[in-house]
Amino acid sequence: MADAAISGHDHERPGFFTRWFMSTNHKDIGILYLITAGLVGLVSVAFTVYMRMELMEPGVQYMCAEGARILSQAAAGECTPDGHLWNVLITGHGVLMMFFVVIPALFGGFGNFFMPLMIGAPDMAFPRLNNLSYWLYVAGTALAFCAVFVDGGAGPGWTFYPPLSWQDAPTSRAVDFAIFAVHVSGASSILGSINIITTFLNMRAPGMSLFKVPLFAWSIFVTAWLLLLSLPVLAGAITMLLTDRNFGTTFFDVAGGGDPLLFQHIFWFFGHPEVYIVILPAFGVVSHVISTFSRKPVFGYLPMVWALIAIGALGFVVWAHHMYTTGMTLNQQAYFMIATMVIAVPTGVKIFSWIATMWQGSMSFETPMLFAIGFIFLFTVGGVTGIVLSQAGVDRAYHDTYYVVAHFHYVMSLGAVFGIFAGIYYWMAKMSGRQYPEWAGKVHFWLFFIGANVTFFPQHFLGRQGMPRRYIDYPDAFATWNYVSSIGAFIAFASFLFFIGIVAYTLLAGRKVTEPAYWGEHADTLEWTLPNPPPEHTFEELPTREMWDKQPSH
Amino acid sequence: MAHPKNHDYHIISPSLWPLIASIGAFVMLAGSVLWMHGSGPWMFLMGLVAVLYVMFGWWSDVVAESNQGDHTPVVRIGLRYGFIMFIMSELMFFVAWFWAFFKHAIYPMNEYVGSQYVQPDFYQMDVWHLPLINTLVLLLSGAAVTWAHHALVHNESRKDVEWGLLIGVVLGVIFTGLQAYEYWELLVHKDWTFGGDKFFSTFFLATGFHGLHVIIGTIFLYICYLRVRRGHFTAEKHIGFEAAAWYWHFVDVVWLFLFAAVYIWGLGG
Repeated sequence: MADAAISGHDHERPGFFTRWFMSTNHKDIGILYLITAGLVGLVSVAFTVYMRMELMEPGVQYMCAEGARILSQAAAGECTPDGHLWNVLITGHGVLMMFFVVIPALFGGFGNFFMPLMIGAPDMAFPRLNNLSYWLYVAGTALAFCAVFVDGGAGPGWTFYPPLSWQDAPTSRAVDFAIFAVHVSGASSILGSINIITTFLNMRAPGMSLFKVPLFAWSIFVTAWLLLLSLPVLAGAITMLLTDRNFGTTFFDVAGGGDPLLFQHIFWFFGHPEVYIVILPAFGVVSHVISTFSRKPVFGYLPMVWALIAIGALGFVVWAHHMYTTGMTLNQQAYFMIATMVIAVPTGVKIFSWIATMWQGSMSFETPMLFAIGFIFLFTVGGVTGIVLSQAGVDRAYHDTYYVVAHFHYVMSLGAVFGIFAGIYYWMAKMSGRQYPEWAGKVHFWLFFIGANVTFFPQHFLGRQGMPRRYIDYPDAFATWNYVSSIGAFIAFASFLFFIGIVAYTLLAGRKVTEPAYWGEHADTLEWTLPNPPPEHTFEELPTREMWDKQPSH
Repeated sequence: MAHPKNHDYHIISPSLWPLIASIGAFVMLAGSVLWMHGSGPWMFLMGLVAVLYVMFGWWSDVVAESNQGDHTPVVRIGLRYGFIMFIMSELMFFVAWFWAFFKHAIYPMNEYVGSQYVQPDFYQMDVWHLPLINTLVLLLSGAAVTWAHHALVHNESRKDVEWGLLIGVVLGVIFTGLQAYEYWELLVHKDWTFGGDKFFSTFFLATGFHGLHVIIGTIFLYICYLRVRRGHFTAEKHIGFEAAAWYWHFVDVVWLFLFAAVYIWGLGG
């Protein structure tokens, strides 16, 4: 039956519904992931634009209990600050970005589309399960939107710390929706990880031993392990939260002998690997882009692989550095501090290897390369502030200030998201058959680079001045840098809208590209041997060694 | 250019199951939120029916594909990898519950200065009676399944395979029954409650989720029993059986940890 479906119909693509709703094709599912993640990302970014509008000036102008406003001039009447709305937006932004934008784009989108191609596999190991991962992601997104809109919305923050997350249990269903959203998204990612790991282990092209696998595929493989081992633990923690909220258990309720800190520990046991889940695939993308546009193989392939593995492993043993101020013993703090700083070593290996890859290369600066170099620069800034925050003593001052906000947005918004954009521009013509206009890509890069930096760099200053995070309002002393930061957010949002325009233009009217390896001979992994876009079924004849084994060291 | 596929991997034709499953999951979970907040179980039950229907239909498809020879040796390796990884994720799920138990057992909050909480003193039960019997029942069940496995691999009589599985299933059902009896005994005769205290929380949810896995594993074994009777398995090719057996042993091992930690340490005098 399955065989008939392949060889029976020659050129026929399946119909629209069959292709996009019943897909068992890793490339189509990858595209579905990317598009959905882009749409959810737009909503999630729109939340932050509204929040930056509110923070632009001291006082509360927009988020009023009398009704949320878009124009402050409309503030003819009284404006009582609606802190809950603020909390809901911050929660929505965090939950959506973490679970429904970045992981689906990098791991679901690029991972699905390119990991099998790079290892020369005809599809994923479990193609039908792959589609279940995608549709569960959609179901989870729907639940997450319920969490934002039902009963005034869920506002405990994406970390769901109790007691914030259960105190409204009798009156609000929103947090319950958020919990199930995370459950479903977790199930989706676990199934996806099982699929990725099995594909990677079982379906590599003949002769492609583990240390000949391209770095992006490696990064996806390591990410899959992190998801597989950390998400079920989170599922347990939020299940406890659910029963605490609805069935009278007292895991986190002090009145019944429970302990709110227990939640924080279990949550961050997931939450810290999550950080690397977000960034590792971006590492993979950047390695390929840097190598292609430096026209040199990646420097130190083997250390690059081991650095990925080391970051993944260390990610599991540093979680409590998110909790220095919760009253841990000094010994615990010392351990988590040292373990955290150790991660800087493999990360440094990666940064310096990228620099060494560029060293004496004949570099050119197409859009993907700009995003990759931007990634290295900004991720390093975020990494260095991470080292600052890893110091338990220093963290006393910085904990829950805008310094932390700046830090993790430098690694996420300017790290992971730059990685996503690098990948999109790098592979857009491979996925669609049409190339984006180079000038537009460059405009997008500079707008976004400037916008994001203007947004987040001043937040370091605000944090050092002591501005706490997660508040709707602030004293006048913080006004200047908040104003600057908001201007940056508007520029970044404009660049995002411009990007959507670029994608629409490219898909409809972009220049057609027929050359398979359109970035030149140094884009030499297996996806560059295929037409643009690749046919429905790829590698029905498994690739031979000459097709992928280009460098002795790679 | 009809490409005949030139490899042993399994390319699957398009399927509607994932979409229905996800719609079902959404309806079920949204329905359970409504149910928990007093709106009646109907939406939840509709979603549940959809999810169960997909499970039945999807896995029927998998069995059919297996019987028509789509599961080549390399695909079988992949299925094994996949199932091992699934069990690993399940194991990590139980890590959370053990974490909660050990935290409260080692660092109980009642020892902190200023805490109002006083631990009730009516937890203890005799773990060397019913819980020990339950342990033996589950281990015996695992042994029976292993007997069936050996009979299958070494091509002994199919009757042995059937008996081994049947005994495994029956013992699994007995375990579930005894566990239900224990819950009833504790809740009705021993003043235990489901909520209200961190010990009850960890006890009922850790053993409860284990019980859920026992029920799932029992169904899985029973399906294997039916498939054995239809001659689906051979000495070389019996991935479904292998997965069920692995799952059953995983359930066993989790129980041993539960017995040692939650029962002997947490409840034993």
